[in-house]
Amino acid sequence: MEFKSISHLKSLLDNNKISVKEIAETYITKINEKKDLNIFIYFNEDKIHDQVKEIENLSNDKILKGIPIAVKDLFCTKNMPTTAASKILENFKPTYESFVTQKLIDQGSIFVGKTNLDEFAMGSATNTSFFGNTINPLSKNNNPLAPGGSSGGSAAAVAADLCLGATGTDTGGSIRQPASFCGVVGIKPTYGLCSRWGIAAFASSLDQAGVFSKNVTDASILLEEIAGHDQRDSTSSNVNIPSFSKNLNSDLNGKIVGIPKEYTIDGISDEINQVWEDAIKSLEKKGAKIKHITLPHTKYALPTYYIIAPAEASSNLARYDGVKYGFRAQDTKSLDDMYELTRSEGFGKEVKRRILIGTYVLSAGYYDAYYLKAQKVRKLIASDFIEVFSDCDFILTPTAPSAAFPLNEKQDDPIKMYLNDVFTVPASLAGIPGISIPYGHDKEGLPLGIQLLGKHYNEQEIFNAAFALEKDYE
Amino acid sequence: MSNLIKGEKHDWETVIGLEIHAQVKSNSKLFSSSSTTFGSKPNSQVSLVDAAMPGMLPVINKYCIEQAIKTGIGLNAKINKYSVFDRKNYFYADLPQGYQISQYKHPIVGEGIVTIDFKDGSSKDIRIVRLHLEQDAGKSLHDQNPTKTYVDLNRSGVALMEIVSEPDIRSADEAGLYINKIRSILMYLDTCDGNMQEGSLRADVNISVRKPGDDYGTRCEIKNLNSIKFIKQAINYEVKRQIEVLEEGGVIEQNTLLFNTSTGKTRPMRSKEEAHDYRYFPDPDLLPLDISQSEIDNLKNKIPELPDDRKKRYINEYNLSNYDASVLTSDKSVSDFFDNVIKVDVSLKQSSKIVVNWITSELFSLLNENDLEISDSPISPENLGKLVRSIKDDVISGKIAKDVLLEMFNTMKDPDKIIEEKGLKQVTDISQIENIVQEVINENKKMVEQYLSGKDKLLGFFVGQAMKKSQGKANPKILNDILKERLSKKN
Repeated sequence: MEFKSISHLKSLLDNNKISVKEIAETYITKINEKKDLNIFIYFNEDKIHDQVKEIENLSNDKILKGIPIAVKDLFCTKNMPTTAASKILENFKPTYESFVTQKLIDQGSIFVGKTNLDEFAMGSATNTSFFGNTINPLSKNNNPLAPGGSSGGSAAAVAADLCLGATGTDTGGSIRQPASFCGVVGIKPTYGLCSRWGIAAFASSLDQAGVFSKNVTDASILLEEIAGHDQRDSTSSNVNIPSFSKNLNSDLNGKIVGIPKEYTIDGISDEINQVWEDAIKSLEKKGAKIKHITLPHTKYALPTYYIIAPAEASSNLARYDGVKYGFRAQDTKSLDDMYELTRSEGFGKEVKRRILIGTYVLSAGYYDAYYLKAQKVRKLIASDFIEVFSDCDFILTPTAPSAAFPLNEKQDDPIKMYLNDVFTVPASLAGIPGISIPYGHDKEGLPLGIQLLGKHYNEQEIFNAAFALEKDYE
Repeated sequence: MSNLIKGEKHDWETVIGLEIHAQVKSNSKLFSSSSTTFGSKPNSQVSLVDAAMPGMLPVINKYCIEQAIKTGIGLNAKINKYSVFDRKNYFYADLPQGYQISQYKHPIVGEGIVTIDFKDGSSKDIRIVRLHLEQDAGKSLHDQNPTKTYVDLNRSGVALMEIVSEPDIRSADEAGLYINKIRSILMYLDTCDGNMQEGSLRADVNISVRKPGDDYGTRCEIKNLNSIKFIKQAINYEVKRQIEVLEEGGVIEQNTLLFNTSTGKTRPMRSKEEAHDYRYFPDPDLLPLDISQSEIDNLKNKIPELPDDRKKRYINEYNLSNYDASVLTSDKSVSDFFDNVIKVDVSLKQSSKIVVNWITSELFSLLNENDLEISDSPISPENLGKLVRSIKDDVISGKIAKDVLLEMFNTMKDPDKIIEEKGLKQVTDISQIENIVQEVINENKKMVEQYLSGKDKLLGFFVGQAMKKSQGKANPKILNDILKERLSKKN
């Protein structure tokens, strides 16, 4: 049994064609059937049944009543442990519920489990998790593919139909790139639109929660539920959240689409360029005008990102020291010894690599040359976008430089892995919203995503364009 | 006043700069809503933020910001409308985040000036470099278990103001006066409770010595001193040590020191290899502070009378000396007490010096004997004012007043009532005193003859006798006059 959208399932529930309990049981079966994909870090049938009892009593007015949602295991949840896919938080049970997941609970959704991710969201293939790789559900036969990352578990959960929506976080592309790899919709809203309260931090000035779904309408429904001001997060924006789903409009008459020349890079397959071309044509068909634009500092975005994000991470992850909670190495001789062993054993290779990079770029003598300079370049990248947005409404680019790659392909080459973020990182640095929707396939039949970038707090604009593209594509 | 120190070979000048850490008086912490009450059960005042749980974020406590701005105003300092919170990264068991949120490049308060007053009536300005806000760490308890260290996070996240001076201080005494002055300003402003015993006010002292006229020498920093006595001891020890090293041809190594309060000596806290690189960078969880002129003006209007203003008022209105006025105003509660005594009667304004004496010598000695603070004084300012008025109006003598004061201290009674009930009023009735004088003359005829033959000193004897007869109540001036007159009549 497959439900194609939130509204589809919700109408079945409202018309008593299905009960919350039946929905839960349906998805429990689905998840059990797909256990070999290693999508969930935490899946517990009892916990789902417990929720059913609560949700059954809720009014049907609750927008997400009975809707199965998967939660990236970076969001702290009261009823399920939270690991950030790290050994250092292996048995951590939060006593609090993140802002975003609380909003989903309030609207009656069923949490089916906590999804796998790259350890502390550091990675692009969900292969740095302490709990093992997640396998892309679109893999064929004997060629297991990566689901992308870091929110690979969430993207895979939607793609494998193990839920109707999933939460993700995007620091440099961690929602958009796996959405592209798994052939689902994924949106990273404007920085500050969703509170970061209760999400284990990777890079505070970049981290932003968002959602995965099967289609644009569902993404708009979910995002309007999880967005909103939170006094507990000083960087959370106090802006009005429009009803994205009610305002969806595929008419693009008069809209101007920016096509940045910097996103045409060497080594990109013709298939990706073709998909991009197709999307441009489709937008024109819907009434939009094409404008070729330039974002001159784009080429510095990746190095800038790989200075700022590790710098913040090196400090954000200092709290995992074995003193208060989480993993602590045994039989240590001194406090320093305890720190050293706890963090050596508790963190994986990629996390340690980034902590080292971050520590280096912040050290005395290097700060100005790296961190400070990166901050300056970040401002230039942001102003590039602001400038082009004065005469275009949104920007269209590919989401990722390739389709899903084989599981172990880039495992040992961090630089190659970092290049996956080349199209997604600029928007993260600028804090603007970006959405990836599936738009075409490569010759192997793997999905390719297309990315729409919008002005700050103008998620509606990119939802509308994505909605138009989606309609045309169908 | 010269502060030069004589060494074996030549004179040395001490150069001192202070970093004072003052706990902001606030019910809740700098970035969380946990309570700041001192002495609570370990780990009973710890929020998820204070314990640095995953995903927890700091939120600025606006009241602490206002307290810092008020303090800046009180230090005659520039308030920076733009300031930034930075992370100071280092690992320690009582630092749950693995970094302290502090202010590095852009502190909330810039340059200021604080004036200290000396006994000889002179004064000196000490320049303030900056004041910034930061979080306190928790407390590591090493003495609870032979093999374990316990951590108490109650203090973790409490707001501190770090007040940094220029190296304008030249002696241990000046350092003491400076800290006292800062403490006094903070307590007037009600931005810090000034309680050094509870650690609400602590200081790091930077010390170097040089030959007069030379450039600054290499400095050492003594960390975390929590009493003025220890600060002075530590400075004197360290200055002596540095002079000895230099005179023996050695060099001072820049170092961080700890002061051992039982041996009175300083020792290095960590070696150079362990020197920290704090990797300061702006905290991405917090937005920079933007303070408007109107917010600053609003706070300016809330600033109470500060010690320097009050000192000026005392000098102008009550004719007190600069030093008396500065001693009196240095402790706000003493100064408030004084103001309330004076308020009892307009006429006391002219007798301010007597009021000061009665507070600082008579009342203080009673309080000291009983280990009481002036705020706990059983004698109210109103009652002390009445007592001084009685002295001034010749209702009782100073000598009797001391007995009355003791009675007031023990019974908390109104002095007028005590005087009334015990019949302590001075005898000012001339005929009554004349009678006493006559009795004394009659009873001491020989002495009178001796007096008349030139032994003037005997006048004291007659005064004593007459006083005794009046049970101490005779007005001394009237008694003196009558005695002299009567004795001269004998001529």
